[in-house]
Amino acid sequence: MTDVIQMMTLKKTIRRAPAILVTTLALAGCATVEHPHPDDPWEGYNRAVFAFNEGVDKAVFKPLATGYDTVAPLPVKSGVGSFFGNLGDIWTGINNFLQGKGRDGGSDAARVLINSTLGIFGLFDVATDMGFEKHQEDLGQTLAVWGVGNGPYFVVPFFGPRTLRDAAALPGDIYGGSLVQLSDVASRNAVTGLRVVHERAALLGADRAVEEGSLDKYGYIRDFYLQQRRYEIYDGRPPRERFDDARATPMQPIGLSAIEADDAAAGSLRIELARAGGDTLKAQGQEQ
Amino acid sequence: MIKRIFGALLAAALIGLGSVATAASAPDALVKSVMDDVLEIVRTDPALKAGDTSRAVELVEEKVLPHFDFRIMTSLAVGRDWRQATPAQKEKLVAAFRTMLVRLYSNALTQYRDQTIDFKPLRAGAADTDVLVRTQVLQPGAKAVDIDYALEKQGEAWKVYDVIVAGGSLVTNYRNDFRNQILSGGIDGLIASLEAKNAELAGAAK
Repeated sequence: MTDVIQMMTLKKTIRRAPAILVTTLALAGCATVEHPHPDDPWEGYNRAVFAFNEGVDKAVFKPLATGYDTVAPLPVKSGVGSFFGNLGDIWTGINNFLQGKGRDGGSDAARVLINSTLGIFGLFDVATDMGFEKHQEDLGQTLAVWGVGNGPYFVVPFFGPRTLRDAAALPGDIYGGSLVQLSDVASRNAVTGLRVVHERAALLGADRAVEEGSLDKYGYIRDFYLQQRRYEIYDGRPPRERFDDARATPMQPIGLSAIEADDAAAGSLRIELARAGGDTLKAQGQEQ
Repeated sequence: MIKRIFGALLAAALIGLGSVATAASAPDALVKSVMDDVLEIVRTDPALKAGDTSRAVELVEEKVLPHFDFRIMTSLAVGRDWRQATPAQKEKLVAAFRTMLVRLYSNALTQYRDQTIDFKPLRAGAADTDVLVRTQVLQPGAKAVDIDYALEKQGEAWKVYDVIVAGGSLVTNYRNDFRNQILSGGIDGLIASLEAKNAELAGAAK
C-alpha cells in the first residue's frame, strides 16, 4: 500500500519536475551572488539547479537508494557494482585509447574480457585480483587531454556538478556508457533504473558527510568536485600547486618556531603541494 | 678490555634501540597501525555494525584524535584571517572545527562496508619533517579511492594536518567554506556558524 502511494508521489514529482525547474530558474535570475567564485560565474543559476536537484533527489532517488541499500545484502550490491563496473570499463578503455594511453586501454580491454568470462558476465571483478587496475575515464577527461579547457562550473539538471566541457561531453558519455544494451525496452529500462539507484546508494555515506560537515553545502560540493575532477584528469598526478598560508601554531621542537613566536608577526608559510614529482609535501617558512 | 666490550655492547644496544624507535615513529607505519587498529574494532564491534554513532565518536576520540593536530588544521583552513583572530577566537575555532571533524570521521566509520586499505610505499627521505602517506581504499567493482594523509613531524611525533580524498584536500575545501563566512560576518560570524551547525546536529542526534 505505502509502495503504491510512494509510486504515485514519485510519478507526480517526475511529471511536475519541468515546471519546478522553470520556476526555480526564474527565481534564480533575481538572485545576487554574495561572494563570487572565480570558476563559478553562473552561481545564481547553478544554485537554483542545485536546489532543484536536491529536491528531486530527496523526493525520488534518495528514498529508492536507501531502500535498496537496506534490502540488498552486501554480496548482491557488490555483484551489481561489479556488473555495471564491467560495462563501464568498455567506455573507460575507449577513452584511454583516445587519450593515447594504449597501455591503460589494453589493460581495460583485458579487464572486460576477463570479467565477462571468468567473472561470470561481470558479476565478479576477478581482473583486479589478477593485477589489472580499474580506471575511470570519460569523454570529458579525453577532451581535457586534447586541450579543451574546463569552462565555468555548471550544474546540470538531474545530473549534478559538471564543468561546461564535461556537461557538453555528457551525451557522449551517456551513449558510451550504454554500448551494450538489451533489446527489450522494458528490461533495458529496469536495468538503467537499477544502475541509477545503485550508483546513488554508493553515495549515501558521502552525502551525509557533506550534509553534516559543511557550512554551505553548495560551495562545499562545488569545490570538492573541481578539485577531484582536476585530479582525475591528471590520473592522480596533477601538477604541483602552491598556496600561501598564514600559520600561527607554536611548534617549538622544529625550526619553524622562530616565525611562529608572535602571532601578529607570524611569517607566512608556504606549503608546496608537490604531488607531481617526488610526491612529497614540503613546508618551508619564510619571514615576511 | 672489558670496558671496550661493554662499550661495543652498549653501542650495539643503542643502535638496536634506535632502529626500533625509528620504525615505531615512521609516519606511514603510524598511519597503518592506527588504521589497522580502528578497522579491527569496526569489523568486530556489534554497536558499530549497528550504526551506533556515539560508539564511533568514542573510538575516534580515543584512537584517531591523538594523531591529529587540530590547531594547524584550523589555522590552515581559516587561512590568512587566522592572524587577525584573538587567542580566545582561535580557541573557539579550533574547538568547533574539531567537533565537526570528529563527527565527519565517526560517520565515515559507521559507513564501513568491507573495504580494504592498500598502503603505497612512502616516498620521503629520513630527514623530511613533512610527508604524504598515500593509501587506497579498495572496493569490489569500483575504482579505488585514494586517501592521502599529510603529516608533520613535531619533536618525535608525527601529526596529521590534512586529509586528501581523491585529490580533494579537506583543508582547501574548508578554506573556501570558511572564507565566505568570514567575509559575511568576520571571525565571530564563522565561529557562530560552526557552533550553530554543531548544536543543530548534536540536537538531531538525540
